Amino acid sequence: MLDPIKEGAVWAIMFLPLASFAIITLVSFLGLTRSGAWSPRYSGYLTILAILGSFLLSLWALDSVADTDGARIGFDSHEWLTVGDLQVNIGITLDGLAAVMLVVVTGVSLLVQIYSQEYMREDEGYNRYFAFMSLFTASMLGLVLASSVLQLFVFWELVGLCSYLLIGFWFQKDSARRAALKAFMVTRIGDLGFMIALLIIFTQTGSLDIDEIYEAAIAGAIGSTALTLFALGLFAGAAGKSAQFPLHTWLPDAMEGPTPVSALIHAATMVAAGVYLVARFYPVFAVSEDALLTIAIIGSITTIGAALLGIVATDIKRVMAYSTISQLGYMMMGLGVGGMVAAIFHLFTHAFFKALLFLGAGSVNHATGTFDMRLMGGLRKYMPITYGTMIVASVALVGIFPFSGFWSKDEILADAWADRPWVFVVGMAGVYLTALYVGRMIIMTFWGEYRGGVQAEDEEHAGDAHAGAHHRAPHESPALMTLPLLVLAVLAFGAGFLNVPGFHWLGDIIEGWLPHETEELLTHTDFKLWIAATSVAIGLAGLGTAWAIYQAKMLDPARIRSFLQPLPQLLDNRYYLDYLYETVFVKELVLGSARWGLALWDEYVIDGAVNGLASATGWSAEQLKLAQTGQVQLYGGVMFLGTIAAVIGILVVNP
Amino acid sequence: MDDLNLLGPQLALLIGAGLIIIVDLLLPIVSRQAYQGRLPLLSGLALLAAAGSLGWSLALVLTDERGEAFDGMISVDDFTLFFNFLFAAVAGAIVLGSVDYLARHRFQGEYLALILIAAAGMSLMAAGTDLIMIFIALELQAIALFALVGISKNESGSEATLKFLLLSAISTAITLYGMAYLFGLSGETSLDGIASYVANTDENRSALVLAAVFLTAGLGFKMAVVPFQMWVPDVYEGAPTPITAFLSVASKAAGFAVVMRIFLAALGEGLITTDWAYLFAAIAAVSMTLGNVLALVQGNIKRMLGYSSIAQAGTILIGLAAVAAEDPQLLLGTSSVVFFLGAYAFTNIGAFIAIIAISHKIGSDQIADYAGVAKRSPLLAFALAACLFSLTGFPPTAGFIAKIYVFNAAVQADLVWLAIIGVLNSVISAYYYLRVVLNMFARDPETDEAFTPSPYLGAALAAAVVGLFAIGIYPTPLIEASESAARVFS
Repeated sequence: MLDPIKEGAVWAIMFLPLASFAIITLVSFLGLTRSGAWSPRYSGYLTILAILGSFLLSLWALDSVADTDGARIGFDSHEWLTVGDLQVNIGITLDGLAAVMLVVVTGVSLLVQIYSQEYMREDEGYNRYFAFMSLFTASMLGLVLASSVLQLFVFWELVGLCSYLLIGFWFQKDSARRAALKAFMVTRIGDLGFMIALLIIFTQTGSLDIDEIYEAAIAGAIGSTALTLFALGLFAGAAGKSAQFPLHTWLPDAMEGPTPVSALIHAATMVAAGVYLVARFYPVFAVSEDALLTIAIIGSITTIGAALLGIVATDIKRVMAYSTISQLGYMMMGLGVGGMVAAIFHLFTHAFFKALLFLGAGSVNHATGTFDMRLMGGLRKYMPITYGTMIVASVALVGIFPFSGFWSKDEILADAWADRPWVFVVGMAGVYLTALYVGRMIIMTFWGEYRGGVQAEDEEHAGDAHAGAHHRAPHESPALMTLPLLVLAVLAFGAGFLNVPGFHWLGDIIEGWLPHETEELLTHTDFKLWIAATSVAIGLAGLGTAWAIYQAKMLDPARIRSFLQPLPQLLDNRYYLDYLYETVFVKELVLGSARWGLALWDEYVIDGAVNGLASATGWSAEQLKLAQTGQVQLYGGVMFLGTIAAVIGILVVNP
Repeated sequence: MDDLNLLGPQLALLIGAGLIIIVDLLLPIVSRQAYQGRLPLLSGLALLAAAGSLGWSLALVLTDERGEAFDGMISVDDFTLFFNFLFAAVAGAIVLGSVDYLARHRFQGEYLALILIAAAGMSLMAAGTDLIMIFIALELQAIALFALVGISKNESGSEATLKFLLLSAISTAITLYGMAYLFGLSGETSLDGIASYVANTDENRSALVLAAVFLTAGLGFKMAVVPFQMWVPDVYEGAPTPITAFLSVASKAAGFAVVMRIFLAALGEGLITTDWAYLFAAIAAVSMTLGNVLALVQGNIKRMLGYSSIAQAGTILIGLAAVAAEDPQLLLGTSSVVFFLGAYAFTNIGAFIAIIAISHKIGSDQIADYAGVAKRSPLLAFALAACLFSLTGFPPTAGFIAKIYVFNAAVQADLVWLAIIGVLNSVISAYYYLRVVLNMFARDPETDEAFTPSPYLGAALAAAVVGLFAIGIYPTPLIEASESAARVFS
């Protein structure tokens, strides 16, 4: 329809939000915000404008890619640095997969920014917030567009950094600080895999260019062990970012950031990056059966494990966080069964309904001042728009016909049935659990009677601590907040129609870029009525169970708990993973052993040397310790021993 | 005259040092009052000397003047010139970073002159192509550094000086022992002469190996790698902070420069083989791991950066291990080391200058006391955070490119396992660097009183931060400079 997009326009998609970040930063450093010359509102408008520009350009990019049926549009790459044999180019990958991601990222980000303009109104860190949000969006866009693995990695790290800055946005809160550090460190452990994958692929192919890696993988030029290690390394990075078991622990804590940030993280940016990474390298993954099996297993564990946790959480944002993890598990499942298209399609629909759920939760918090569902209830009377849109999103999440989530989840399930039936069974179980926690969340938040919101809560447990939130009776949020909700509701309902049986417009674009050999390895299935009907029936059964327990109170939750022990206890402690990582591993093992080593060193070696010297000379050890000169002989001794060790070492290997 | 022309960059530093001493001596005779306010004059002279040295190096580059001087005692080549720039620039930055410190201390003239002398010594270390020259240069900078470490004459300073002095003496003895072996075997002190001996004989291999090990051990003290790093935390903590910065960047770079010069120019043919890669690789792996793990539990930021500098030295040593293991024509290892030293200079100088500025205001070196610095001085906190991210190796900073460069060299030399240990360590290091950032941004300060660094500190810091981002975003010029420096040894 339109002319094919120009290279400059594609770069602008990333550079517009980057420029907005630069301008806001500059303005803050120049002190214009303090003097009042720059109203904080301008930062918001600037960000919205920049991302609107990116969004329109992304639509143009999608249009251009649709003309080529999803095949890659070639642009020249530019040399960035050359060291020895390593040449790193900067370039653009614009194909069906990238274009769809661009539209999702910019679209969701745009709505989130509009919503934030109202939600963050009273916050003193308003400029900082929009600067980071701009950078966050720009980094994600850079990641999507990258044409070399190293370029991708740079933006991958920047996405991690921005999420760190935004999760810890309210740094005054101890919990926010810890959550930010945790998100950064846990995802970095995954990144370790990514970095090792980079080293491996470079030794194998001598190139970091994504296209050349595809070619090498398809041509069989990479040894199968190296290929599998590369794929698993990438997946480790993806599992960190996309919060897959056992690296998922950072995501529930990440809700410490402002709610719109969570919406962006959970829907379009951070967590989508991992799924995108696996999809981007699908020509490599498709060749390695071991890697695909690993992905399917991890995806399955994550789906069920997180959904179970969603059932016991009492914080509405935590429920959503576990829901995201579980849905990401579905996407990984899809990737693991050869359903790359289904997985990205699910990422696409999930972005809309999950962004909506989070923004809805923010709206609820705006009204009640808390995120604790036990203090909510009855909100449907006070907040009809929020309630209505949240219902749409919830139904889409459960996957009821014909909402968007139905189409994408159904495609994953169908692919699973065709490829690995056991994954299909897990997926179906996940549908039931999803419906259960969604039903519970809706009932606790919106049905019944209002239970008092923040007034009923201790001051120190206050959530987002909104200055204007402490009202006596909850109320609907202002138009700037409800408008994005309504837009997202339309998308959460209808986005699935872009890829329905018989009309595979989106699916064709998503897979149009794949090399021919990889396309043959994908799982292609037809719509199966029995799968669709079963999953809808199971979803309804789950909702019914939730109604029976939490609304009709036919079953007593306490009795169910005692019946299912020890599972609830395990869930309440989040499978003890946080304890294992933080207390056992970091505190005890790493820090503990470093301190222990230092203490031993002081006690035996240093004191020993001092005391030895003291007894030899008749001086008081205490006197010597004050001067600490005893250490000098010791240090010298170690140097000498080190030299001898080096001599011996070198003579052993080189006699 | 040609010889003096080639030596110009070092002479500029030494002349500056002499001028400062003379002015400092004569000024009280002229006017008591002028003597009280001598600091701007003296620092100006020191900066002028550094600028003169930089300018002279630039002139040598532009006029394409290269060659040997003083009968082959020194060689002015691209390698030498790279380090001339590095040491003169670092000296200038340290002078800027010392102004606030000096305003409160007595020995202003001596301090500034010693900085310049030490820089000239380091520069000569890189230039030296004769064992005698190298040794004299080594001592020249070492003696200047002893005085600088203890210049404040307080208890911890004196203790640090004593340790530094004694251990440095041991390391010098070991170095000299190695040099004596080389001379004894080859009958030559010039590196060229030793090189032709090593290349043309098969005898006395074990003795040569022994000599090389002694040199590694002695210079390992300068590079601050395990197990020759014991002095680092104590001396870093006890010395005045600008001097700590000087030690951590310039002294370390000088150590690496000499190791590269001796090993590549004299012992390269025949002796530096894959076996050597294992020695360097082992030291690298242990230094990185020990440095990072011990840095995790430090409460004093100078000690933390001390351990961090041990870890960084280990990372640089990966490049040297690659030199030994790779195809000699590739030069990737050498250029990666040179590049890393350049990038590290910007990063670590920046970090220390920021620490000087912050600690000066809050009156403490404890990381816990850095709470809320971002509220009181956002720019300063941002600058320190940028430097710490660069030390972690985070894009788009100089540290990121430097790590890629070194790891790339290791991979090309079939040392993938070493690169993996390096990557693992960079993940560990993120934890303690980030802890400082968190403290600055995340906690509330005890007072809300805002502060800004003095213009001197500000200028040095701005240059460092701009540099580390510039290298991170467009590294090609520094890469090319490192490659031409490395090509000297091909």
